[in-house]
Amino acid sequence: MKHALSLAVLSALAVSAGTARAAQTVYRAADAPEATPVVYIGNIKPAMDQGTWLHGIFNQLEGRYAPGGTDFRWDGEAWFGGDYNKIWLKSEGTLEKGRLSDGDHELLYTRSISSYWNLQGGVRMDLDDGPTRTWGAFGIEGLALYEFEFEATAYVSDRGRFAARVEGSYDFLLTNRLILQPQAEFNFYTKSDTGRQAGAGLSDVDAGLRLRYELWRKFAPYVAVTYSGYLTQARRIARDQHDDTGSVRFSLGVRSWF
Amino acid sequence: MGIQGLTFCHFRGFILMTFPSRFRDGLTRRRFVTGIGAGGLLAALPRTSQALSSKAAPSGGSPLRASSGIIPPHPSERWDLKVGHTRISLDGKTMHAPTVGGTVPGPILRFKQGDTVSINVTNTLDEPTSIHWHGIRTPANMDGVPGLSFGGIAPGETFTYRFKLHQSGTYWYHSHSGMQEAMGLYGAMVIDPRRPDPNACDRDYVIFLAEWTDVMPHDIVSNLKMQDDYYVFRQRTAASFPKEAREAGSAGAALADRLAWSKMRMAATDIADVSGAIYTYTLNGHAPDMNWSGLFKPGEKVRLRFINGSTMTFFDIRIPGLEMLVVQADGNDIEPVPVDEFRIGVAETYDVIVQPTDERAYAIFAQSEDRTGYARGTLAPREDMIAPLPPMDPRPVRTMVDMGMGNMKPGESMKDMDMSGDISGMKMDGDMAGMDMKGMDMSHMAMPKMEVDDPGPPPINVENQMRAMMPIDRTGSLGDGLENNGRRVLNYKQLRATRPGADLRPPTREIILHLTGNMDRYIWGFNGRKFSESGPIRLKLGERVRFTLINDTMMEHPIHLHGLWSELENGQGDYRPYKHTIISQPGSKLSYLVTADTPGMWAYHCHLMYHMDLGMFRTVIVA
Repeated sequence: MKHALSLAVLSALAVSAGTARAAQTVYRAADAPEATPVVYIGNIKPAMDQGTWLHGIFNQLEGRYAPGGTDFRWDGEAWFGGDYNKIWLKSEGTLEKGRLSDGDHELLYTRSISSYWNLQGGVRMDLDDGPTRTWGAFGIEGLALYEFEFEATAYVSDRGRFAARVEGSYDFLLTNRLILQPQAEFNFYTKSDTGRQAGAGLSDVDAGLRLRYELWRKFAPYVAVTYSGYLTQARRIARDQHDDTGSVRFSLGVRSWF
Repeated sequence: MGIQGLTFCHFRGFILMTFPSRFRDGLTRRRFVTGIGAGGLLAALPRTSQALSSKAAPSGGSPLRASSGIIPPHPSERWDLKVGHTRISLDGKTMHAPTVGGTVPGPILRFKQGDTVSINVTNTLDEPTSIHWHGIRTPANMDGVPGLSFGGIAPGETFTYRFKLHQSGTYWYHSHSGMQEAMGLYGAMVIDPRRPDPNACDRDYVIFLAEWTDVMPHDIVSNLKMQDDYYVFRQRTAASFPKEAREAGSAGAALADRLAWSKMRMAATDIADVSGAIYTYTLNGHAPDMNWSGLFKPGEKVRLRFINGSTMTFFDIRIPGLEMLVVQADGNDIEPVPVDEFRIGVAETYDVIVQPTDERAYAIFAQSEDRTGYARGTLAPREDMIAPLPPMDPRPVRTMVDMGMGNMKPGESMKDMDMSGDISGMKMDGDMAGMDMKGMDMSHMAMPKMEVDDPGPPPINVENQMRAMMPIDRTGSLGDGLENNGRRVLNYKQLRATRPGADLRPPTREIILHLTGNMDRYIWGFNGRKFSESGPIRLKLGERVRFTLINDTMMEHPIHLHGLWSELENGQGDYRPYKHTIISQPGSKLSYLVTADTPGMWAYHCHLMYHMDLGMFRTVIVA
């Protein structure tokens, strides 16, 4: 009886002490992967978490108005794959006065590396009515702090030149369907390329402030103020070629995806 | 009703802009008219037939493929079920749905405890199917999970499920193949107890809650993969900022909160992944404007067997004007708890008893947790009566508690959480048996040899975006959106079994699992891994195990273990409730005990279907 009592006291003490921990803690996950996978009846996996998905989006599909004529611009991307590995296609270009410029098309392998970031590597083709250039591409893409969409890519051309592109955008919700999106893209080159109106250093910028209304998640018409222009050395090249060096346009377009 | 239906339709039409409201309004009006007619005609008939021929019966050339909620008059040992495709229109949304017996939900199956039952399931679909008996303790080969229990039921085949029913209460069944469950392949099960039912009532209805949509499950997942808040139209915006500033006290405080969430790349308004934007919430297969009704005579006791058979939706349920006596949870009797409201997680069941004394109609009001819609029905003395609906509550907003940052408020204590692990080291020997341990929670008194499988904090990686730094015990928490609403809301601590557990041994092993996920990529899992990258959880036959769940996500997850009971450690000692599905609240830590007494491969998963399918699933092997 006395023994039982002292045990009860002891247990009460242990309860109140609350810090003693003599259990044999084994630092292992009970669900750790095993060398030989479980054999499922009929090879049926009970959860299908290795699916592949196909999506594509036009972030820009717009007419940029100007008294002299309207430019048409697109900027889109599409991808196919699973949670870790994807094939990624990017394409952008501007059609002005029947002439296609700024045609940039990339085919990239994309690898998920963290909660919000993906590495991308592949090829870029500058394909439009100007001279064609081919580049190797390597970059990063994802969601930065404060939910900024961000991508930065470095390029090396078949002629040993280097280039870089940085692009970012942010969705500012005015209401749940009316969304204001500032967006900007900057291009850098190590050497000038007069054929493509590229200058050494910061060469050109394409930016927009788009106000879209999501009639449907996948279909959102927008109005925008866009700016496209050359900077520093490229600006001189464009001027020498009697081309537009930069202008602010009123634009109308549709953001759409599948 | 007309106004109610119309308002609902217009709201939906605005959201989607796809479905012609003409059709919906037509349907509403027709139902309304039929309802009155049927009520008048049937008033003279005896009670049972009157109830049986209520809204479920096809009428007016427009077959309504829903359920009456009426339990068959007698239990049966044998059931023949046919799984096939049925074209069903509800709330203007048409789906070629896989069904049992052509209705959604399928037929209510009634059994008797102790019987050995035979259920013949014939598959007339052009794809494999299966039926899982949710919460029923069967041999592993009768559990109905393709890959784990059997190979599924091939097209054209009949599979006979045969098992002895050791338990009684309210349960449900559903497909475990592909996404059939999300499209309508589910129904209720009622098992009469062998002994006289302590909760027998004058009336007894099944209240089966679910969702209906015409968007295919695969498309829903695809949309979520592309945009995690695809179905959320209740974000915080510039327009809602002034209101937030008022509530927070200043614009600065509101802005700081916004920035904190934004910095984490998360949304405080992320309550449900799929919302009323596409879902019509149903009660016994009835859309809100169809208004399912159950009859009563004033003074009668009415038992309502609530089953949440939905894919992705938690419901908060109340019957304004009536106190609900909760008498059963997940099929097991509990000490009655009087409440005004309770939350039911996906796959849970609760039986409540109400006793309306007035000659009036009462609304059964089940709002979705994210407050984007509701299922409703009516309890009334006559068919044609309609009760006014209460307004919807404001939608919840997640807080730092949900992020696992602990709780600075006094209400919830961290003591209980710390208990489980800390006492396990104490020595106990032979004299224990002679001690009077009544009232003490034996579950916390682990034996010295207890092994703790602790994976440590989960990694932050592609599949996991967050770590709960200070998870707390939330079994006493009412749930997000239910605090301080002035009503008595059920919480897990109040669940107390009516008899002590069958296995009073302390656990010899503790398995700690973190619930993890990446909302942005829409990947879910345990311990930072999805199903396909993980091994099974192996339990020794006869082993007594404590499962400890730490929720590192900011959402609730209803965790379901097949084949074995989950005995929730909620402070009720040996009277801890036996459950088959346990809600893990965001930022929380809880534990439950499992006796691994049935060998085989068992499914263990989050019952939010798209979480399960995208990785929050494990195989438990008992051998």
